[in-house]
Amino acid sequence: MNEFDPAFLRGITQDRRSFLRAAGLVGAGAALAACGVKGAKVSPAKADDVAKFWAGKKQNGHVDFANWASYMDANHSPLKKFTSETGITVNYKEVITDDPTWYGKIQPQLAAGQPIGYDLMVVTDGIELNKLVQFGYLAPLDHKMLTNFEANAGAAFKNESFDKGNVFSVPYATGYTGIGYNPKYVKEPITSIKQLFDPKYKGKIGMMKDTQELGNFGMLLNGVNPETSTEADWKKAAATLQAQKPIVRQYVDQNYTKSLSNGDLWITMAWSGDIFQENLSNGSNLQFVVPSEGGTIWTDNMMIPKTAPNPVDALKLIDFFYRIDIAAMLTEEINYVPSVPAVKAQLLKDAQTASKSDAATFTTMASSPLVFPTDAELANLRHYVNLPNPGAEKIYQDLFLPISSG
Amino acid sequence: MQRLRAKLAPYFLILPGGLWLAIFFIIPTVTMLSFSLMTGNEADGYQLTWHFQNYTDALSTYWPQFLRSLEYGAAATILGIALSYPIAYWIAFKGGKRKSTYLFLVLLPFFVSFVLRTISWQFFLSDNGLLLSPLKSMGLVSQDFHILQTTVAVVLGLTYNYLPFIVLPLYVALERVDPRVVEASSDLYAGRIATFTKVIFPLSLPGVFAGVIMNFVPAASDYVNAEILGGPNNTMIGSIIQDQALHVRDYPTATALSTVLMGGLLVGIFLYARALGTEDVLEAAAR
Repeated sequence: MNEFDPAFLRGITQDRRSFLRAAGLVGAGAALAACGVKGAKVSPAKADDVAKFWAGKKQNGHVDFANWASYMDANHSPLKKFTSETGITVNYKEVITDDPTWYGKIQPQLAAGQPIGYDLMVVTDGIELNKLVQFGYLAPLDHKMLTNFEANAGAAFKNESFDKGNVFSVPYATGYTGIGYNPKYVKEPITSIKQLFDPKYKGKIGMMKDTQELGNFGMLLNGVNPETSTEADWKKAAATLQAQKPIVRQYVDQNYTKSLSNGDLWITMAWSGDIFQENLSNGSNLQFVVPSEGGTIWTDNMMIPKTAPNPVDALKLIDFFYRIDIAAMLTEEINYVPSVPAVKAQLLKDAQTASKSDAATFTTMASSPLVFPTDAELANLRHYVNLPNPGAEKIYQDLFLPISSG
Repeated sequence: MQRLRAKLAPYFLILPGGLWLAIFFIIPTVTMLSFSLMTGNEADGYQLTWHFQNYTDALSTYWPQFLRSLEYGAAATILGIALSYPIAYWIAFKGGKRKSTYLFLVLLPFFVSFVLRTISWQFFLSDNGLLLSPLKSMGLVSQDFHILQTTVAVVLGLTYNYLPFIVLPLYVALERVDPRVVEASSDLYAGRIATFTKVIFPLSLPGVFAGVIMNFVPAASDYVNAEILGGPNNTMIGSIIQDQALHVRDYPTATALSTVLMGGLLVGIFLYARALGTEDVLEAAAR
């Protein structure tokens, strides 16, 4: 390796001209970077945006769909049905693991006006969805083409606070954040967030790593509604959660159900459908509750990036999910709250023709409060914390991020 | 003409590498430095305001993670050297005809993805997993004993994942030791131990040096192991940088942290080279 003539190296490195050249290069880089980086904010949506966007767009016979892990049955039956009925092929990839990471991946392409490789994606309401809307990265939906949505979507899902009038998004599924526990180890009924702070479960407690989820639970314990919380509430919640930290085993992301069923975790913050799914697929007996202090409700939404090459096909697929039989098909598999109320009747109808074990599952599902919450249960669910501007977001993140990644 | 060409040849030779460095090293580094002095946010953009406070803010919040990363990196490196030296020694001196097979075996885990290898450790170390389940049923450890989400798990993971980075340079250094030198040593009445401490080990020092650098630097800035095997109190600085850059998108904080990490490691390496008495750091690394 070092058999070079030393004079050779010296000739290159100690030549004044090439030193100057290198210095010039560094200077150019500095000049390049010194300009700063432009902001991404755009002017708000205008009335004729929809017509302008969809003018001249044609069906291309193909759609690329990005979704979350285990958010459809393994055979992707709704998509197969879609292809056989419309002739539009679907490339379905479960590439989204959490909203911030996904946003981080697609943001550079969106900012540069390039396609992200997907025509349809699913993003939860929260910081990232707000940014996608605020920065003009999404295609405004043409409701003239969303006939099933208009006919079948429940009133509660048609006008959610994060996207009034469904200008850019419609729900894919809705769920809650509550407490999941394994009754094999936890020998008392769980009803309260306080039990996540019980030293008895030291080293077996899981809290969510996501700062929004984590902060919400701190606030709920302190009797604060996250949606209307203030900076003072955040500080108090951060102190509450910091005090809990020594007994927390792990701040979890996607894989907590496995830890819960194998006993690494006994009690953890959890998403409703995950627990149901884990029980169905592994025969475990995990429990899920919405705590008495309240849980949170969130919605995963379908949307089309503005740069998508096949928006018409994507819009057709969105509307397809709002056909009652397809919505029921999806619910039977993922066990989250459907946006189509008629799914309940459809489940009972499907139960009559299904095999014995499926029939039992469908009937349980139709009466499950996790899938069809009652009004009383809905009243105990809160929306996510609202972070209206980048300043507030920075304050919030600086409070909670050091807890989940200390 | 002939002389001009001879004069220009070295420049042409270094041109591809030089361009590569300029595009993929110098420009990103300068951009990183400049970002670390900016203020702003995603919506309004970032301006270079020479805001040095980014550094003090970032360090005052995250110094424990910095310290921890250095500790874990050092622990994994020491453990790594202790494990690798016998392996490399055995392959170099006793490997015989099958040396390349043994080296291939050392490298074999690299054919499995880094993350998957780490996740299989998660299975292995789990509370009721392959390792702890029998120990618990025999009553050797208490029921709530666990290894996952502890420092031990993270350091084990780091050691395992970066082991080949030490084995290879050690092997190269030991392989180069001239058997005649060893022979001469025993001719001069040195015992096996004296031969090792006075002849073989000093001759292998460049390998140790390279191995330490190749292991310590990536291990100290690793985040996968802490993320998968660690708990709330095992977060390393790599995770913080990743969170700040990709999740919070606070580029100034993320770049300030990266700059400190890079600077700290560079200074550390040069001090280490000094202490080891290597006359020229770069030359030793090149060996």
